[in-house]
Amino acid sequence: MAEITTPVPQAPLVDDEPVSEVGQLSQTTLMRLRFTRNKLAMFSLYGLIFMYILVFFGPFIAPNEYQYQNHDYVFGPPSQFALTGPNGNLGLYMYPVTTVLDSENFEFVHTIDFNQKIPVHLFTKGDPYTMLGFINSDVHLFGTGDPAQRIYVTGADSIGRDMFARTLLGGQISMTVGLLGVAISIIIGSVLGTASGYFMGLADDAIQRAIEVIMSFPTIPLWAALAAALPPISESFTALDRYFLITIVLSFVGWTGLARQLRAKVMAYRSADFCQAAIAAGATDTRVIFSHMLPNAASHIVVSAALSVPGMILGETALSFLGLGILPPMVSWGALLRDSQQVSVIVQHPWILLPGAAVVITVLFFSLVGDGVRDAIDPYSI
Amino acid sequence: MLNYVLRRLGYMAITLLIVAILGYIIIELPPGSYVEAEVARLRAQGGNLTQGQIDSLYRRYGLDKPEIERFWLWISHFVQGDFGQAFAYNMPVGDLIWSRLGLTLAFSVMSLIFTWVVAIATGVYSATHRYTIPDGIITVLQFVGLSVPNFLLALVLMVFAQNLFHMEVGGLFSSAYQNVPWSFGKFLDLLNHLWIPVIVIGASGTAWLSRVMRANLLDVLNMQYVQTARAKGLTENVVTWKHAFRNAIHPLIMVLGSSLPGLISGETIVALVLNLPTAGPLYFNALIQKDMYLAGAFLVFLSIALLIGNLLADILLAWVDPRIRYE
Repeated sequence: MAEITTPVPQAPLVDDEPVSEVGQLSQTTLMRLRFTRNKLAMFSLYGLIFMYILVFFGPFIAPNEYQYQNHDYVFGPPSQFALTGPNGNLGLYMYPVTTVLDSENFEFVHTIDFNQKIPVHLFTKGDPYTMLGFINSDVHLFGTGDPAQRIYVTGADSIGRDMFARTLLGGQISMTVGLLGVAISIIIGSVLGTASGYFMGLADDAIQRAIEVIMSFPTIPLWAALAAALPPISESFTALDRYFLITIVLSFVGWTGLARQLRAKVMAYRSADFCQAAIAAGATDTRVIFSHMLPNAASHIVVSAALSVPGMILGETALSFLGLGILPPMVSWGALLRDSQQVSVIVQHPWILLPGAAVVITVLFFSLVGDGVRDAIDPYSI
Repeated sequence: MLNYVLRRLGYMAITLLIVAILGYIIIELPPGSYVEAEVARLRAQGGNLTQGQIDSLYRRYGLDKPEIERFWLWISHFVQGDFGQAFAYNMPVGDLIWSRLGLTLAFSVMSLIFTWVVAIATGVYSATHRYTIPDGIITVLQFVGLSVPNFLLALVLMVFAQNLFHMEVGGLFSSAYQNVPWSFGKFLDLLNHLWIPVIVIGASGTAWLSRVMRANLLDVLNMQYVQTARAKGLTENVVTWKHAFRNAIHPLIMVLGSSLPGLISGETIVALVLNLPTAGPLYFNALIQKDMYLAGAFLVFLSIALLIGNLLADILLAWVDPRIRYE
């Protein structure tokens, strides 16, 4: 490890106590320092924070409502912008689009009219929306203010809905499903892993066999089979319920890895002197587990959690892409990619792959942050 | 060694039984049955079914019996090689799955070979050329390879192949060779269709293994015996491949077993996008249509393939590393 460049704060001198100069930075501070020095991880962390803000304020940021269908703008291209106005003045302007139905091929032909410019305003009124579940508004960050001339930053999909708005909204699902799934698998994994390593015997055998069996199924087919078991969306089973059950399905496989690692850790701690001492001093099982073992294993749990987020996000994307994950009216990036199953469609309208790019960037950021966390907490692992 | 193999086989048999039971339970979980879906479909077509007709449908598919009895029937026939009826195709599951499972395995094995060859080559290169520009490029590619969902990679490669090379992608043969007897041209055509799936299925595994390879080799290259080998005047090639590499490959064989689920499940979803006649498309379709015997047989057989793969990986490891055998 490289030396720490941050100055070590001087402890106040107390007359009758010898003061040591080492060990004045707590473990947590050391970890934080190591993490912040990792430029790639910090960049990814800021990138993720930016994306979460973008996604959660999506209805405000996107100029259109995500379900609004513009039947004249089917597979409409991304809007083109100009930085100067008609008189040469500075400002953001959009070239209007005219749409004609080609009656021979039955296709909409969109032509961008480069002779006209429509000014783009900030904080314009547009489609009404509800943001974060409680903010009702119709003010959008930018727009033309004219419902007939809408801005499509990244084009429109097969029924003329704004891809930009849909990708932002899909992010609300795709960027939380991984975190929630990991949270659930941590709870299951740490409870069962600790129990398995601490109590050993029959419980250990049972849990280990269960893990082996779950691990002998190929992941995506198993997820798909479990997701197929979820009831269809109805009045008593809303899309939100399905979302939560999908996270549980994802964590059904996710907990096994953590449980295995934790079991090994706990078994090692069990024979360590500090645990033997605690047991000899009459500590209860609960106390040994919660005050002696789990704090020691905490860093390990954090690392394992950080590294398993990308897999969960990719899992949800694959499931939704298959039509077994998130279902309409909810959207996620995988569900949006269902539109791009045919190559001929992608070749003509490449912008419908935007959710795919969002997945790649998010997963990349999460892997880099996970790597940074691992290096910061446990610098000696590979 | 034989002792070790026999013990592992015994464990595998037990796991297999539990996998079969669990597989059946999972397949039975979805609400409704194939008959309900079929009835809904017939009604949607305008047919008016009487209760008697519905009952006879249930009887025909054996869905009128209690759960336990059905499980017993399924498992006892399964062992005898009768996997039930694929409702939607109206033929025995056994006739339907073999060629598809075989192709799935073929693709998985080809991808495995691709993964290992590329991962070892890039891993060794970037470890021996640490912090050079090619190493940086390989590292970036590794991260990207891990972040791209494989079906997306398949789509993007298909677009490129179509736009740049004007290739017809997807399926196993181009339409010109679809229904003609085998010839050299058809063989070449097949090879031309194989490389995209193999790359796509192997991509994330390659990225991961290559990172493991790089990290391991870097560890080993810092060892003193490597320094000794250099000091006694061996060429860098001999030092890398004969002294360092042999000791760095061991953890790679250890993760061989855990890289198999990714290959098999990656294959199923890539096949759907690339329109390959393998297990994937049929399996996901069967799940959606609640064709439970078909889906169940696929799930169990994919798991069996995985278990055998794990067994082979373990045996390979025990063969390479004698310490494992005596544990």
